[in-house]
Amino acid sequence: MEQGPMTPSATHAEESNRLIREKVEAAFPEAILDVYDFRGERTLIVAQPHLKEICQFLRDDDALQFNLLEDIVADDMLPDFPRFAVNYHLYSIPKNHRIRLRVPVEDPEEGPETVASLWPIATWLETEVWDLMGIRFQGNDSLRRLFLPEDWQGHPLRKDYPLGYEQVQFSFNWEAIEAKKPSPQD
Amino acid sequence: MTFGVSSARSGMESAGSDTIQELTVEELRAKYGSGMEIEDEEHMLLSMGPQHPSTHGVLRLLVELDGETVVNLAPDIGFLHTGIEKNMEAKTYTKALVMTDRMDYLAPLSNNLAYVLAVEKLLGIEAPPRAQAIRVILTELTRLNSHLVWLGTHALDLAAMSVFLYCFREREYLLDVFEMCSGQRMMTSYFRPGGVWRDLPEEFEPAVRQFLDFFPARIADYEALLRDNPIFLERTKGVGVVTAEDAVAWGLTGGNLRGSGVEWDLRKAKPYSGYEQYEFDVPTETEGDVYARYRVRMEEMRQSLRIIEQALDNLPDGPFLVEDRKIVPPPRSELGRSMEAVIHHFKLWTEGFSAPEGYIYQAVESPRGELGCYLRGDGSPKPARVHFRAPSFVNLASLPRMAKGQFVADLVAIIGSIDIVLGEIDR
Repeated sequence: MEQGPMTPSATHAEESNRLIREKVEAAFPEAILDVYDFRGERTLIVAQPHLKEICQFLRDDDALQFNLLEDIVADDMLPDFPRFAVNYHLYSIPKNHRIRLRVPVEDPEEGPETVASLWPIATWLETEVWDLMGIRFQGNDSLRRLFLPEDWQGHPLRKDYPLGYEQVQFSFNWEAIEAKKPSPQD
Repeated sequence: MTFGVSSARSGMESAGSDTIQELTVEELRAKYGSGMEIEDEEHMLLSMGPQHPSTHGVLRLLVELDGETVVNLAPDIGFLHTGIEKNMEAKTYTKALVMTDRMDYLAPLSNNLAYVLAVEKLLGIEAPPRAQAIRVILTELTRLNSHLVWLGTHALDLAAMSVFLYCFREREYLLDVFEMCSGQRMMTSYFRPGGVWRDLPEEFEPAVRQFLDFFPARIADYEALLRDNPIFLERTKGVGVVTAEDAVAWGLTGGNLRGSGVEWDLRKAKPYSGYEQYEFDVPTETEGDVYARYRVRMEEMRQSLRIIEQALDNLPDGPFLVEDRKIVPPPRSELGRSMEAVIHHFKLWTEGFSAPEGYIYQAVESPRGELGCYLRGDGSPKPARVHFRAPSFVNLASLPRMAKGQFVADLVAIIGSIDIVLGEIDR
């Protein structure tokens, strides 16, 4: 299927995509594992240890100025390996471009380093990711249950977490629920 | 981690027996992390909500007070968590649409739009011009609808009862318009991947034209009630100030960001659904206080009227759905005479359409700010991952910063001004 006609914003997006890639690859030749283009969106697949320095670079470079962290989304690609990926959607209000950084995460207990020192909102977004997907961001000490009760077990957005067909968790019915679980993974 | 029996039980018991006031500083710190450090033992902890008229839903705020001054504040959310993102993974792309209405229940059509545009982007299709114009008209009406509820409840929190009644009178008119085209007042599900559910009814245009005629005078009425009201001004000017830098760093979007002087609107910055054709201004104010956010949203209502008028004047003729029968069902009339149509209809309602592998992010300017939808397809008829960047959720994170050092009564004004919807926060 064909994409729609090129709009002025699409040309602008192409130019800024090229600029971002050139700049980041020049600054961090080792860190970019891959570049993924889909439907006019540019994704830089970033090695986990380099995430924070790339974020810092993207935010502070005068030609890029990614000053807004729009969102952090975790994805579970079970049964692939690495199973998890964390997406950072960055937006530059002065330059009007958007980029996605995608970090493959092998061990959810040792997730990417927190970017809260760059964008304070990251603490809040990382807490959501931890609550629902169970990825522990290193250096974020306020990870807690945000939506779910404090004593909730498991992280519901993971693919091995069942949807329905079981009782709701309460304190008195743990044993009954656990006996029926296929095989609790974590 | 395993599904531990003993640890969960002990956790439950301690949570049940304690009330907030009995918790020690250490316990609170353990419970709320670094966000809630109590500096003085003399301070009082106030649990505001979840049943509280001015928290605009089931939001609980744990407020640490020094006399009447807010020292610290921790929002406690999740009372409306219904696992919408998880549920959508178990439904086909078409059926998952109905879940989006229920997130931000004051702006269901904006949610529909974000999701539908995301699905269309993933599929690589574009809705026909007529559908795009219909979407623009209806999402702008939704913006008015949402702003009316915001204005009414915000003024009600600040003891201006009559504004609430007038706002809801006009909102009623808009809900009738939504019912006219979608059959539903609130949970519309009117936008579908590939276009809209059905064409606009004949009475739609006269109804909207009539609204465009009388509504500017109504906005002037609301402003007359509030702009010259010394109580309203006293309670909003200089309250809950956010600087432009802070607003961006904290991810504020929509009216909250523009109230701090940052001119950024996705309808201008990354136009979607044909917004680039329409002429409108992005109102901004520089003060960054509650009053500035009020001014911005009032002006936004006038700009929405401009967009609706242009879209209605230039409403193109033609199809309101794409022609691709693999994505949209055939019209009813074809089912009686075409075997192909029957097959397509059957396949669509049993299996649904498949989207290619890949992931995309589509953001729209909802009444509350940037509403983004991250969607990953895996080649099957069901989305592999759906995530919504809910503007209320992100905006709420700034509440502690805005409220620090303010009076507890002003906290009510600040909550109203950031315009949150709990259905969207908790999802």
